[in-house]
Amino acid sequence: MRSTLFEAPGPRARRRHVWYTVLVAAVTGGALCWALLRFKDAGQFDARMWEAFEYRGVQLRILTGMVDTVKAFVLAVVLSLLLGFLFAAGRLSTHGLLRRPAGALVEFFRAVPVIITVFALYATDLLRTAVTAAAGFLRENLGSPGEWAATNFASPTLWALVVGISLYNGAAQAEILRAGVGAVPKGQFEAGYALGMRKTQVMTAVVMPQAVRTMLPSIISQMVVTLKDTSLGFFIMYEELLYAGKLLAQNTATPHGYPYLPVLCVVGSLYIITCLLLSWAARRLTALEWRGLDGRGLPRVSSKMPMGSR
Amino acid sequence: MEVLTDNAGLFWRGFVGTVQLMCLSTLLAFALGMLLVSFRISPVPLCRGLGATVVTVLCNTPLTVLFFGVTLGLPMLGLTGAGYFTLAVLVMGGYASAFVCEALRSGVNTVETGQAEAARSLGMSTAQTAALIVFPQAGRAAVPPLGNAVITLVKNSALAGGFSVYELFSTEKTLVERGYAVAVVFLWVAAAYVVLIAVISAGFRLLERRLAVPR
Repeated sequence: MRSTLFEAPGPRARRRHVWYTVLVAAVTGGALCWALLRFKDAGQFDARMWEAFEYRGVQLRILTGMVDTVKAFVLAVVLSLLLGFLFAAGRLSTHGLLRRPAGALVEFFRAVPVIITVFALYATDLLRTAVTAAAGFLRENLGSPGEWAATNFASPTLWALVVGISLYNGAAQAEILRAGVGAVPKGQFEAGYALGMRKTQVMTAVVMPQAVRTMLPSIISQMVVTLKDTSLGFFIMYEELLYAGKLLAQNTATPHGYPYLPVLCVVGSLYIITCLLLSWAARRLTALEWRGLDGRGLPRVSSKMPMGSR
Repeated sequence: MEVLTDNAGLFWRGFVGTVQLMCLSTLLAFALGMLLVSFRISPVPLCRGLGATVVTVLCNTPLTVLFFGVTLGLPMLGLTGAGYFTLAVLVMGGYASAFVCEALRSGVNTVETGQAEAARSLGMSTAQTAALIVFPQAGRAAVPPLGNAVITLVKNSALAGGFSVYELFSTEKTLVERGYAVAVVFLWVAAAYVVLIAVISAGFRLLERRLAVPR
Protein backbone atom coordinates (compact mmCIF):
# COMPACT_ATOMS: atom_id res chain seq x y z
CA MET A 1 0.00 0.00 0.00
CA ARG A 2 1.23 3.45 -0.85
CA SER A 3 1.24 5.45 2.30
CA THR A 4 1.95 9.14 2.53
CA LEU A 5 2.53 9.19 6.24
CA PHE A 6 4.30 6.03 7.19
CA GLU A 7 7.44 4.33 5.98
CA ALA A 8 7.97 0.58 6.07
CA PRO A 9 7.84 -0.42 9.75
CA GLY A 10 11.00 -1.61 11.47
CA PRO A 11 11.14 -4.32 14.17
CA ARG A 12 10.03 -2.00 16.99
CA ALA A 13 7.18 -0.50 14.99
CA ARG A 14 6.06 -4.00 14.01
CA ARG A 15 5.93 -5.03 17.68
CA ARG A 16 3.95 -1.91 18.49
CA HIS A 17 1.53 -2.69 15.66
CA VAL A 18 0.94 -6.13 17.15
CA TRP A 19 -0.05 -4.45 20.41
CA TYR A 20 -2.38 -2.03 18.59
CA THR A 21 -3.96 -4.95 16.76
CA VAL A 22 -4.58 -6.79 20.03
CA LEU A 23 -5.99 -3.66 21.68
CA VAL A 24 -8.32 -2.78 18.80
CA ALA A 25 -9.44 -6.40 18.44
CA ALA A 26 -10.19 -6.55 22.17
CA VAL A 27 -12.18 -3.31 22.18
CA THR A 28 -14.14 -4.21 19.03
CA GLY A 29 -14.72 -7.76 20.22
CA GLY A 30 -15.85 -6.48 23.61
CA ALA A 31 -18.29 -4.04 22.05
CA LEU A 32 -19.67 -6.75 19.76
CA CYS A 33 -20.07 -9.17 22.68
CA TRP A 34 -21.82 -6.49 24.73
CA ALA A 35 -24.21 -5.78 21.84
CA LEU A 36 -24.91 -9.47 21.29
CA LEU A 37 -25.57 -9.99 25.00
CA ARG A 38 -27.89 -6.99 24.95
CA PHE A 39 -29.75 -8.57 22.00
CA LYS A 40 -29.95 -11.89 23.81
CA ASP A 41 -31.15 -10.38 27.10
CA ALA A 42 -33.84 -8.42 25.28
CA GLY A 43 -35.03 -11.69 23.71
CA GLN A 44 -34.10 -10.59 20.19
CA PHE A 45 -32.69 -14.03 19.37
CA ASP A 46 -35.91 -15.66 20.50
CA ALA A 47 -37.18 -17.99 17.77
CA ARG A 48 -40.55 -16.27 17.83
CA MET A 49 -38.85 -13.04 16.80
CA TRP A 50 -37.59 -14.62 13.61
CA GLU A 51 -40.10 -17.29 12.69
CA ALA A 52 -42.28 -14.75 10.87
CA PHE A 53 -39.72 -14.84 8.07
CA GLU A 54 -40.55 -18.48 7.43
CA TYR A 55 -44.06 -17.70 6.30
CA ARG A 56 -44.69 -17.44 2.62
CA GLY A 57 -46.92 -14.42 3.05
CA VAL A 58 -44.20 -12.52 4.88
CA GLN A 59 -41.57 -13.46 2.30
CA LEU A 60 -43.95 -12.27 -0.41
CA ARG A 61 -44.48 -8.94 1.42
CA ILE A 62 -40.72 -8.37 1.57
CA LEU A 63 -40.39 -9.29 -2.09
CA THR A 64 -43.23 -6.90 -2.98
CA GLY A 65 -41.48 -4.18 -0.99
CA MET A 66 -38.27 -4.88 -2.89
CA VAL A 67 -40.13 -4.77 -6.22
CA ASP A 68 -41.72 -1.45 -5.24
CA THR A 69 -38.31 -0.07 -4.26
CA VAL A 70 -36.81 -1.19 -7.57
CA LYS A 71 -39.80 0.23 -9.44
CA ALA A 72 -39.32 3.66 -7.84
CA PHE A 73 -35.55 3.39 -8.36
CA VAL A 74 -35.72 2.56 -12.08
CA LEU A 75 -38.30 5.25 -12.80
CA ALA A 76 -36.31 7.78 -10.79
CA VAL A 77 -33.04 6.91 -12.55
CA VAL A 78 -34.62 7.29 -15.99
CA LEU A 79 -36.34 10.54 -15.08
CA SER A 80 -33.31 11.98 -13.27
CA LEU A 81 -31.03 11.24 -16.24
CA LEU A 82 -33.52 12.86 -18.59
CA LEU A 83 -33.77 15.90 -16.32
CA GLY A 84 -30.00 15.84 -15.92
CA PHE A 85 -29.46 16.10 -19.68
CA LEU A 86 -32.11 18.82 -19.94
CA PHE A 87 -30.71 20.87 -17.06
CA ALA A 88 -27.14 20.41 -18.30
CA ALA A 89 -28.12 21.43 -21.84
CA GLY A 90 -29.84 24.49 -20.38
CA ARG A 91 -26.89 25.45 -18.21
CA LEU A 92 -24.44 24.99 -21.08
CA SER A 93 -26.57 26.96 -23.51
CA THR A 94 -25.10 30.09 -25.05
CA HIS A 95 -28.44 31.89 -24.60
CA GLY A 96 -28.62 33.68 -21.27
CA LEU A 97 -32.41 33.40 -21.39
CA LEU A 98 -32.07 29.63 -21.13
CA ARG A 99 -28.86 29.40 -19.09
CA ARG A 100 -29.84 31.55 -16.12
CA PRO A 101 -33.22 29.91 -15.31
CA ALA A 102 -31.65 26.47 -15.75
CA GLY A 103 -28.82 27.44 -13.41
CA ALA A 104 -31.28 28.79 -10.84
CA LEU A 105 -33.39 25.61 -10.99
CA VAL A 106 -30.35 23.37 -10.58
CA GLU A 107 -29.04 25.35 -7.62
CA PHE A 108 -32.51 25.44 -6.04
CA PHE A 109 -33.17 21.71 -6.25
CA ARG A 110 -29.64 20.91 -5.11
CA ALA A 111 -30.15 22.97 -1.97
CA VAL A 112 -33.61 21.76 -0.94
CA PRO A 113 -33.77 18.47 0.98
CA VAL A 114 -35.42 15.72 -1.06
CA ILE A 115 -37.98 14.94 1.63
CA ILE A 116 -39.26 18.54 1.59
CA THR A 117 -39.94 18.27 -2.17
CA VAL A 118 -41.34 14.74 -1.93
CA PHE A 119 -43.73 15.71 0.87
CA ALA A 120 -44.90 18.84 -0.97
CA LEU A 121 -45.61 16.75 -4.10
CA TYR A 122 -47.39 14.14 -1.99
CA ALA A 123 -49.60 16.81 -0.43
CA THR A 124 -50.60 18.52 -3.70
CA ASP A 125 -53.91 17.63 -5.30
CA LEU A 126 -52.45 18.41 -8.69
CA LEU A 127 -50.29 15.29 -8.76
CA ARG A 128 -53.11 13.13 -7.44
CA THR A 129 -55.58 14.31 -10.11
CA ALA A 130 -52.94 13.98 -12.83
CA VAL A 131 -52.17 10.39 -11.84
CA THR A 132 -55.86 9.48 -11.60
CA ALA A 133 -56.54 11.06 -14.98
CA ALA A 134 -53.59 9.23 -16.54
CA ALA A 135 -54.79 5.94 -15.06
CA GLY A 136 -58.29 6.49 -16.46
CA PHE A 137 -56.85 7.28 -19.86
CA LEU A 138 -54.64 4.16 -19.84
CA ARG A 139 -57.51 1.91 -18.79
CA GLU A 140 -59.92 3.23 -21.41
CA ASN A 141 -57.71 3.58 -24.42
CA LEU A 142 -54.98 0.98 -24.24
CA GLY A 143 -56.78 -2.23 -23.36
CA SER A 144 -55.00 -4.82 -21.26
CA PRO A 145 -51.46 -3.31 -21.36
CA GLY A 146 -53.02 -0.04 -20.25
CA GLU A 147 -54.82 -1.89 -17.48
CA TRP A 148 -51.53 -3.45 -16.38
CA ALA A 149 -49.73 -0.10 -16.39
CA ALA A 150 -52.56 1.57 -14.50
CA THR A 151 -52.63 -1.09 -11.75
CA ASN A 152 -48.87 -1.12 -11.31
CA PHE A 153 -47.83 2.47 -11.84
CA ALA A 154 -50.82 4.73 -11.20
CA SER A 155 -50.03 5.43 -7.56
CA PRO A 156 -49.82 9.08 -6.45
CA THR A 157 -47.33 8.21 -3.70
CA LEU A 158 -45.07 6.44 -6.22
CA TRP A 159 -45.01 9.49 -8.47
CA ALA A 160 -44.58 11.96 -5.62
CA LEU A 161 -41.53 9.93 -4.59
CA VAL A 162 -40.19 9.47 -8.13
CA VAL A 163 -40.64 13.10 -9.20
CA GLY A 164 -39.27 14.44 -5.92
CA ILE A 165 -36.17 12.24 -6.03
CA SER A 166 -35.66 12.94 -9.72
CA LEU A 167 -35.75 16.71 -9.34
CA TYR A 168 -32.89 16.56 -6.84
CA ASN A 169 -30.91 13.80 -8.51
CA GLY A 170 -31.54 15.31 -11.94
CA ALA A 171 -29.95 18.55 -10.74
CA ALA A 172 -27.03 16.56 -9.32
CA GLN A 173 -26.62 14.56 -12.56
CA ALA A 174 -26.71 17.82 -14.53
CA GLU A 175 -23.78 19.14 -12.49
CA ILE A 176 -21.88 15.90 -13.10
CA LEU A 177 -22.53 16.10 -16.84
CA ARG A 178 -21.52 19.75 -16.88
CA ALA A 179 -18.26 18.88 -15.16
CA GLY A 180 -17.77 16.12 -17.75
CA VAL A 181 -18.30 18.57 -20.61
CA GLY A 182 -15.84 20.93 -18.95
CA ALA A 183 -13.27 18.14 -18.90
CA VAL A 184 -13.47 17.54 -22.66
CA PRO A 185 -10.47 19.26 -24.27
CA LYS A 186 -11.26 22.40 -26.21
CA GLY A 187 -9.65 20.91 -29.31
CA GLN A 188 -12.52 18.45 -29.55
CA PHE A 189 -15.03 21.30 -29.92
CA GLU A 190 -12.76 23.07 -32.40
CA ALA A 191 -12.28 19.92 -34.48
CA GLY A 192 -16.05 19.50 -34.61
CA TYR A 193 -16.58 23.08 -35.74
CA ALA A 194 -13.73 22.74 -38.27
CA LEU A 195 -15.59 19.83 -39.83
CA GLY A 196 -18.56 22.12 -40.31
CA MET A 197 -20.71 20.69 -37.53
CA ARG A 198 -23.34 22.82 -35.86
CA LYS A 199 -23.36 23.58 -32.13
CA THR A 200 -25.93 20.88 -31.42
CA GLN A 201 -24.07 18.35 -33.55
CA VAL A 202 -20.78 19.06 -31.79
CA MET A 203 -22.52 18.60 -28.43
CA THR A 204 -24.41 15.41 -29.24
CA ALA A 205 -21.92 13.68 -31.54
CA VAL A 206 -18.55 14.74 -30.15
CA VAL A 207 -18.66 16.20 -26.65
CA MET A 208 -21.49 14.43 -24.79
CA PRO A 209 -20.33 10.87 -25.56
CA GLN A 210 -16.91 11.69 -24.11
CA ALA A 211 -18.40 13.56 -21.15
CA VAL A 212 -20.69 10.66 -20.30
CA ARG A 213 -17.85 8.19 -20.61
CA THR A 214 -15.49 10.06 -18.27
CA MET A 215 -18.27 10.77 -15.79
CA LEU A 216 -19.82 7.30 -15.79
CA PRO A 217 -18.41 6.41 -12.34
CA SER A 218 -19.83 9.62 -10.84
CA ILE A 219 -23.14 9.07 -12.61
CA ILE A 220 -23.41 5.61 -11.09
CA SER A 221 -22.40 6.90 -7.65
CA GLN A 222 -25.26 9.37 -7.94
CA MET A 223 -27.54 6.42 -8.75
CA VAL A 224 -26.53 4.92 -5.39
CA VAL A 225 -27.82 8.14 -3.82
CA THR A 226 -31.02 7.76 -5.86
CA LEU A 227 -31.45 4.23 -4.55
CA LYS A 228 -30.91 5.39 -0.97
CA ASP A 229 -33.42 8.19 -1.52
CA THR A 230 -36.18 5.73 -2.45
CA SER A 231 -36.31 4.86 1.26
CA LEU A 232 -37.91 8.30 1.74
CA GLY A 233 -41.12 6.62 0.56
CA PHE A 234 -41.29 5.55 4.20
CA PHE A 235 -42.47 9.05 5.17
CA ILE A 236 -45.30 9.27 2.64
CA MET A 237 -46.50 5.71 3.18
CA TYR A 238 -45.32 4.41 -0.18
CA GLU A 239 -44.96 0.70 0.39
CA GLU A 240 -41.29 0.31 -0.42
CA LEU A 241 -38.97 -2.06 1.38
CA LEU A 242 -38.58 -0.09 4.62
CA TYR A 243 -42.25 0.79 5.02
CA ALA A 244 -43.25 -2.79 4.17
CA GLY A 245 -40.82 -3.90 6.88
CA LYS A 246 -42.32 -1.52 9.43
CA LEU A 247 -45.85 -2.76 8.70
CA LEU A 248 -44.60 -6.33 8.89
CA ALA A 249 -43.03 -5.77 12.30
CA GLN A 250 -46.13 -4.05 13.62
CA ASN A 251 -48.32 -6.95 12.53
CA THR A 252 -46.20 -9.52 14.36
CA ALA A 253 -46.64 -9.71 18.10
CA THR A 254 -44.12 -11.62 20.19
CA PRO A 255 -43.68 -11.79 23.98
CA HIS A 256 -40.71 -9.44 23.58
CA GLY A 257 -42.56 -6.79 21.60
CA TYR A 258 -42.53 -6.02 17.89
CA PRO A 259 -39.65 -7.60 15.93
CA TYR A 260 -38.22 -4.28 14.70
CA LEU A 261 -34.62 -5.42 14.99
CA PRO A 262 -34.98 -8.70 13.04
CA VAL A 263 -36.84 -6.78 10.33
CA LEU A 264 -34.11 -4.14 10.37
CA CYS A 265 -31.46 -6.86 9.91
CA VAL A 266 -33.26 -8.27 6.87
CA VAL A 267 -34.32 -4.99 5.25
CA GLY A 268 -31.09 -3.19 6.08
CA SER A 269 -28.92 -5.89 4.55
CA LEU A 270 -31.07 -5.91 1.40
CA TYR A 271 -30.47 -2.16 1.03
CA ILE A 272 -26.76 -2.43 1.76
CA ILE A 273 -26.24 -5.32 -0.67
CA THR A 274 -28.07 -3.53 -3.50
CA CYS A 275 -26.15 -0.29 -2.91
CA LEU A 276 -22.84 -2.17 -2.66
CA LEU A 277 -23.49 -3.84 -6.01
CA LEU A 278 -24.02 -0.44 -7.61
CA SER A 279 -20.96 1.05 -5.85
CA TRP A 280 -18.93 -1.92 -7.02
CA ALA A 281 -20.04 -1.30 -10.61
CA ALA A 282 -18.95 2.32 -10.26
CA ARG A 283 -15.54 1.26 -8.97
CA ARG A 284 -15.15 -1.31 -11.76
CA LEU A 285 -15.81 1.38 -14.33
CA THR A 286 -13.30 3.71 -12.68
CA ALA A 287 -10.73 0.91 -12.83
CA LEU A 288 -11.44 0.45 -16.54
CA GLU A 289 -10.96 4.16 -17.08
CA TRP A 290 -7.62 4.02 -15.33
CA ARG A 291 -6.44 1.27 -17.61
CA GLY A 292 -7.32 3.46 -20.54
CA LEU A 293 -10.10 1.21 -21.82
CA ASP A 294 -13.73 1.98 -22.15
CA GLY A 295 -16.46 -0.61 -21.61
CA ARG A 296 -15.96 -2.09 -25.08
CA GLY A 297 -12.24 -2.53 -24.76
CA LEU A 298 -11.36 0.24 -27.18
CA PRO A 299 -8.40 2.47 -26.44
CA ARG A 300 -9.69 5.66 -24.91
CA VAL A 301 -8.73 9.04 -26.30
CA SER A 302 -6.60 10.47 -23.56
CA SER A 303 -7.53 13.95 -22.46
CA LYS A 304 -3.81 14.62 -22.07
CA MET A 305 -3.13 13.98 -25.75
CA PRO A 306 -1.82 17.05 -27.53
CA MET A 307 -4.83 18.58 -29.23
CA GLY A 308 -3.38 21.57 -30.96
CA SER A 309 -4.09 24.89 -29.31
CA ARG A 310 -5.86 24.43 -26.00
CA MET B 1 -46.28 36.30 2.50
CA GLU B 2 -49.07 35.97 5.10
CA VAL B 3 -48.18 32.31 5.42
CA LEU B 4 -44.78 33.35 6.69
CA THR B 5 -45.85 36.27 8.86
CA ASP B 6 -48.85 34.47 10.39
CA ASN B 7 -46.73 31.50 11.33
CA ALA B 8 -43.45 33.22 12.04
CA GLY B 9 -43.25 31.36 15.36
CA LEU B 10 -43.51 27.95 13.73
CA PHE B 11 -41.01 28.83 11.03
CA TRP B 12 -38.59 30.19 13.59
CA ARG B 13 -38.95 27.09 15.76
CA GLY B 14 -38.30 24.87 12.74
CA PHE B 15 -35.36 26.95 11.62
CA VAL B 16 -33.79 26.95 15.08
CA GLY B 17 -34.34 23.18 15.31
CA THR B 18 -32.56 22.64 11.99
CA VAL B 19 -29.67 24.90 12.98
CA GLN B 20 -29.27 23.18 16.36
CA LEU B 21 -29.33 19.74 14.74
CA MET B 22 -26.81 20.94 12.19
CA CYS B 23 -24.34 22.40 14.69
CA LEU B 24 -24.34 19.50 17.13
CA SER B 25 -24.25 16.80 14.44
CA THR B 26 -21.47 18.59 12.60
CA LEU B 27 -19.36 18.63 15.77
CA LEU B 28 -20.01 14.94 16.35
CA ALA B 29 -19.39 14.12 12.68
CA PHE B 30 -16.03 15.89 12.72
CA ALA B 31 -14.93 14.18 15.94
CA LEU B 32 -15.97 10.71 14.72
CA GLY B 33 -14.71 11.43 11.21
CA MET B 34 -11.23 12.22 12.51
CA LEU B 35 -11.23 9.02 14.54
CA LEU B 36 -12.37 7.04 11.49
CA VAL B 37 -9.77 8.59 9.21
CA SER B 38 -7.01 7.87 11.72
CA PHE B 39 -8.12 4.23 11.49
CA ARG B 40 -8.33 4.29 7.70
CA ILE B 41 -4.82 5.63 7.14
CA SER B 42 -3.26 3.68 10.00
CA PRO B 43 -0.37 1.32 9.21
CA VAL B 44 -2.07 -1.41 11.27
CA PRO B 45 -4.05 -3.65 8.88
CA LEU B 46 -6.80 -4.44 11.40
CA CYS B 47 -7.51 -0.74 12.03
CA ARG B 48 -7.52 -0.05 8.29
CA GLY B 49 -9.93 -2.89 7.65
CA LEU B 50 -12.21 -1.84 10.48
CA GLY B 51 -12.29 1.78 9.31
CA ALA B 52 -12.95 0.74 5.72
CA THR B 53 -15.79 -1.59 6.77
CA VAL B 54 -17.51 1.05 8.89
CA VAL B 55 -17.23 3.66 6.13
CA THR B 56 -18.44 1.28 3.40
CA VAL B 57 -21.45 0.14 5.41
CA LEU B 58 -22.42 3.70 6.42
CA CYS B 59 -22.02 5.07 2.89
CA ASN B 60 -24.27 2.34 1.50
CA THR B 61 -27.06 2.54 4.07
CA PRO B 62 -30.01 4.87 3.57
CA LEU B 63 -30.20 7.34 6.46
CA THR B 64 -33.89 6.53 6.88
CA VAL B 65 -32.95 2.93 7.69
CA LEU B 66 -30.51 4.15 10.37
CA PHE B 67 -33.15 6.44 11.86
CA PHE B 68 -35.62 3.56 11.83
CA GLY B 69 -33.12 1.29 13.57
CA VAL B 70 -32.17 3.79 16.26
CA THR B 71 -35.59 5.22 17.09
CA LEU B 72 -37.52 1.93 16.95
CA GLY B 73 -34.74 -0.60 17.52
CA LEU B 74 -32.89 0.78 20.53
CA PRO B 75 -35.97 0.82 22.81
CA MET B 76 -36.39 -2.89 22.01
CA LEU B 77 -32.99 -3.46 23.61
CA GLY B 78 -34.08 -1.66 26.73
CA LEU B 79 -31.93 1.34 25.80
CA THR B 80 -34.41 4.10 26.47
CA GLY B 81 -33.93 7.45 28.10
CA ALA B 82 -32.28 9.42 25.29
CA GLY B 83 -34.66 11.97 23.79
CA TYR B 84 -35.46 12.05 20.08
CA PHE B 85 -33.21 15.06 19.61
CA THR B 86 -30.19 13.30 21.12
CA LEU B 87 -30.90 10.21 19.02
CA ALA B 88 -31.19 12.32 15.87
CA VAL B 89 -27.84 14.02 16.60
CA LEU B 90 -26.21 10.63 17.17
CA VAL B 91 -27.64 9.16 13.96
CA MET B 92 -26.77 12.15 11.81
CA GLY B 93 -23.36 12.69 13.33
CA GLY B 94 -22.53 9.01 12.93
CA TYR B 95 -23.79 8.91 9.37
CA ALA B 96 -21.98 12.08 8.31
CA SER B 97 -18.76 10.94 9.99
CA ALA B 98 -18.24 8.47 7.12
CA PHE B 99 -18.38 11.33 4.61
CA VAL B 100 -16.18 13.55 6.73
CA CYS B 101 -13.69 10.66 6.95
CA GLU B 102 -13.65 10.25 3.17
CA ALA B 103 -13.21 14.02 2.71
CA LEU B 104 -10.24 14.07 5.09
CA ARG B 105 -8.76 10.98 3.47
CA SER B 106 -9.03 12.50 0.02
CA GLY B 107 -7.18 15.48 1.48
CA VAL B 108 -4.37 13.29 2.80
CA ASN B 109 -4.18 11.55 -0.58
CA THR B 110 -3.50 14.84 -2.34
CA VAL B 111 -0.27 15.30 -0.37
CA GLU B 112 2.62 13.91 -2.35
CA THR B 113 4.63 11.08 -0.84
CA GLY B 114 7.75 13.13 -1.44
CA GLN B 115 6.60 15.66 1.20
CA ALA B 116 6.61 13.05 3.97
CA GLU B 117 9.85 11.53 2.64
CA ALA B 118 11.50 14.94 2.69
CA ALA B 119 10.28 15.47 6.27
CA ARG B 120 11.66 12.11 7.38
CA SER B 121 14.99 12.69 5.71
CA LEU B 122 15.24 15.90 7.75
CA GLY B 123 14.92 13.68 10.82
CA MET B 124 11.32 14.42 11.73
CA SER B 125 9.38 11.80 13.67
CA THR B 126 6.09 10.40 12.38
CA ALA B 127 4.15 12.72 14.70
CA GLN B 128 6.11 15.75 13.51
CA THR B 129 5.69 14.74 9.86
CA ALA B 130 1.96 14.39 10.37
CA ALA B 131 1.41 17.55 12.39
CA LEU B 132 3.78 19.90 10.60
CA ILE B 133 3.93 18.66 7.01
CA VAL B 134 1.10 16.38 5.95
CA PHE B 135 -2.01 17.53 7.87
CA PRO B 136 -1.66 21.26 7.12
CA GLN B 137 -1.58 20.50 3.40
CA ALA B 138 -4.23 17.81 3.65
CA GLY B 139 -6.63 20.02 5.61
CA ARG B 140 -6.38 22.71 2.97
CA ALA B 141 -7.25 20.26 0.20
CA ALA B 142 -10.07 18.76 2.27
CA VAL B 143 -11.99 22.04 2.70
CA PRO B 144 -14.24 21.75 -0.40
CA PRO B 145 -15.27 18.12 0.21
CA LEU B 146 -15.80 18.90 3.90
CA GLY B 147 -18.10 21.73 2.87
CA ASN B 148 -20.06 19.27 0.74
CA ALA B 149 -20.29 16.88 3.69
CA VAL B 150 -21.71 19.62 5.93
CA ILE B 151 -24.22 20.69 3.25
CA THR B 152 -25.36 17.09 2.82
CA LEU B 153 -25.74 16.86 6.59
CA VAL B 154 -28.00 19.93 6.66
CA LYS B 155 -30.18 18.46 3.94
CA ASN B 156 -30.29 15.10 5.70
CA SER B 157 -31.34 16.78 8.94
CA ALA B 158 -34.81 17.14 7.40
CA LEU B 159 -35.30 13.42 8.00
CA ALA B 160 -35.19 14.02 11.75
CA GLY B 161 -38.50 15.83 11.31
CA GLY B 162 -40.04 12.51 10.35
CA PHE B 163 -38.85 11.04 13.64
CA SER B 164 -40.39 13.40 16.20
CA VAL B 165 -37.75 16.16 16.19
CA TYR B 166 -39.09 19.65 15.50
CA GLU B 167 -37.30 21.26 12.56
CA LEU B 168 -38.17 22.71 9.15
CA PHE B 169 -39.71 19.52 7.71
CA SER B 170 -42.02 19.46 10.75
CA THR B 171 -42.97 23.08 10.03
CA GLU B 172 -43.87 22.07 6.47
CA LYS B 173 -45.96 19.14 7.69
CA THR B 174 -47.79 21.18 10.36
CA LEU B 175 -48.66 24.01 7.98
CA VAL B 176 -49.84 21.64 5.23
CA GLU B 177 -52.04 19.86 7.76
CA ARG B 178 -53.49 23.22 8.79
CA GLY B 179 -54.62 23.68 5.19
CA TYR B 180 -52.23 26.31 3.86
CA ALA B 181 -51.44 26.18 0.14
CA VAL B 182 -48.78 23.48 -0.31
CA ALA B 183 -46.83 25.39 -2.96
CA VAL B 184 -46.46 28.48 -0.77
CA VAL B 185 -45.40 26.52 2.31
CA PHE B 186 -42.94 24.54 0.19
CA LEU B 187 -41.39 27.68 -1.27
CA TRP B 188 -40.88 29.30 2.16
CA VAL B 189 -39.39 26.18 3.72
CA ALA B 190 -37.21 25.67 0.64
CA ALA B 191 -36.11 29.31 0.85
CA ALA B 192 -34.99 28.75 4.45
CA TYR B 193 -32.81 25.82 3.34
CA VAL B 194 -31.47 27.75 0.35
CA VAL B 195 -30.41 30.61 2.63
CA LEU B 196 -28.86 28.26 5.18
CA ILE B 197 -26.91 26.38 2.51
CA ALA B 198 -25.86 29.56 0.72
CA VAL B 199 -24.40 30.84 4.01
CA ILE B 200 -22.55 27.58 4.68
CA SER B 201 -21.10 27.29 1.19
CA ALA B 202 -20.07 30.96 1.25
CA GLY B 203 -18.32 30.28 4.56
CA PHE B 204 -16.46 27.30 3.17
CA ARG B 205 -15.51 29.20 0.00
CA LEU B 206 -14.11 31.99 2.13
CA LEU B 207 -12.18 29.45 4.20
CA GLU B 208 -10.86 27.85 1.03
CA ARG B 209 -9.68 31.20 -0.32
CA ARG B 210 -8.10 32.18 2.99
CA LEU B 211 -6.22 28.90 3.22
CA ALA B 212 -5.22 28.75 -0.42
CA VAL B 213 -1.49 28.76 -1.08
CA PRO B 214 -0.30 29.66 -4.55
CA ARG B 215 1.96 26.91 -5.80
